[in-house]
Amino acid sequence: MSALLKVENLGIQFGGLKAVQNVNLQMNQGELIGLIGPNGAGKTTTFNMLTGVYAPTEGKVLFDGKSIGGLDPYKVTRQGISRTFQNIRLFKELSVLDNVKVANHGLAKHNVLSSIFRLPSHFSGEVKMEEESLAFLKIFGLEGFRDELAKNLPYGMQRRLEIARALAAGPKLLLLDEPAAGMNPQETHDLMELISFVRKEFNLTILLIEHDMNLVMGICERIYVLDHGQLIADGTPAEIRSNPKVIEAYLGEEVTE
Amino acid sequence: MKKSKVFWSYLALALVIYAVVQFLISGNMVSYASQNMLITMCINIMLAVSLHVVIGITGQFSIGHAGFLAVGAYISAICTMKLGMPFVTAILIGAVVAALAGLLVGIPSLRLKGDYLAIATLGFAEIIRIVFLNIDYVGGAAGMQVTHQSTWTYAFFGVFITILVISNFTKSRHGRACIAVREDEIAADAMGINTTYYKVIAFAIGSFFAGVAGAIYAHNFYIIQPTAFGFLKSFDILIFVVLGGLGSLSGSVIAAIFLTAISTYLQGFPETRMIIYSLVLILVMLYRPKGLMGTKEITDLFKFGKKGGTRI
Repeated sequence: MSALLKVENLGIQFGGLKAVQNVNLQMNQGELIGLIGPNGAGKTTTFNMLTGVYAPTEGKVLFDGKSIGGLDPYKVTRQGISRTFQNIRLFKELSVLDNVKVANHGLAKHNVLSSIFRLPSHFSGEVKMEEESLAFLKIFGLEGFRDELAKNLPYGMQRRLEIARALAAGPKLLLLDEPAAGMNPQETHDLMELISFVRKEFNLTILLIEHDMNLVMGICERIYVLDHGQLIADGTPAEIRSNPKVIEAYLGEEVTE
Repeated sequence: MKKSKVFWSYLALALVIYAVVQFLISGNMVSYASQNMLITMCINIMLAVSLHVVIGITGQFSIGHAGFLAVGAYISAICTMKLGMPFVTAILIGAVVAALAGLLVGIPSLRLKGDYLAIATLGFAEIIRIVFLNIDYVGGAAGMQVTHQSTWTYAFFGVFITILVISNFTKSRHGRACIAVREDEIAADAMGINTTYYKVIAFAIGSFFAGVAGAIYAHNFYIIQPTAFGFLKSFDILIFVVLGGLGSLSGSVIAAIFLTAISTYLQGFPETRMIIYSLVLILVMLYRPKGLMGTKEITDLFKFGKKGGTRI
């Protein structure tokens, strides 16, 4: 198996603060990997570096053999990395369908002039976008809400719409930032099944940040653990569960008398 | 196709409005003052709609729109008065140069956000005005004599093309990309949208039609002076867009018509004119804080049971 994503010695410094340093990750095609760690460990910062929101100050990010560290976010997305956000960032005043269409944007070809003059390429392009976007809404059970404004959806559906939107950008690698945050156990369970399903359906590689240990331990094949901006462990869920460093990071040091 | 049917019925409606007014004008049934008000209305609609694409759709708070109006006015006036070109060519050249000015201003300043962008665009507009003020070739502070060539026909088709192009732009993947930038720039970027490109495109389209408005404006009043393009003019245009409802094209059209009519009517009461005008603005903002139309379009009101969503 070839490495789809290879991260070498990745680090970022904000002024005098080294938020993340020496992170090495490797993800093979088709894997589902978890990234966990206590609050403030640098998980989302790592995501932001992988997706181009922050330019790393050290290290390399290789995706599909190409270096993508420091590229603009939209270029990273077009290379095939797509993400969701920890605090939902839907386009609130757009309809559910339009939210997905926006993400589908990068895959369409018709240009500004063809849209202004309503050339045939505009119509064929827009019809294709509509069909593809509707297909994603169907998978996520949102087709009944296609004309509803995104801000009017209930919370759980907004989370699902975020994943649908991320998929519409046509990624090879999907980064999910706490997809189950704020969900009840039933919703979390449904979400797990959905993630497993889309992974098979779209042949995706997934990197997942999550605090819900049941979800992480339940579906991830391997887990990386961050603490204070550094990787402290990686391995299978069973290995992570019994790793003393991980326990220490989460529960604190044992007091010896 | 249902969609093209809608388009043809709008086109027919527009042509009927045009023909009726044109018939009344050629039959000398419209006073000179009313004709003038109609043309001013058209100019203001063009300005409102062209700023709507920048502020309402793309969410970039630019308050220097009068600068592009000035570029369109002066460049087209130079074309007709100094170079002897026909009016239509002058309108096109004025618009293209205004769009280029938009690119020139937009590329550096659209990196800024919110208040900072507002200040930068205001500054650029003042620079444009001062440049014209100091060029003797265009008359400096005394202004430039321009012959009267703007007619209802030019003004009406100017508005028609402005609305058609901007509504076509909005109802496409490009318009959605611009709205996505307005809603959440970081998320738009993460979804693969080149945010800088779309901000600059929206700005250039807005400047282009401000240039068209400028050309028609210049050939309507016999004289153009730099003082007419100060920041108060920019605020006038901004008021149309905000009062109509940010994000609503028909809202900015309605606001432009409404405010031009009020302003023209109040010219008979010069002492109280600005007081009443300001009171109207305050009342609308108190009772319709999201503007007359909010983010809705007037066509939405006729679609029962359907809401939201841009259609092809």
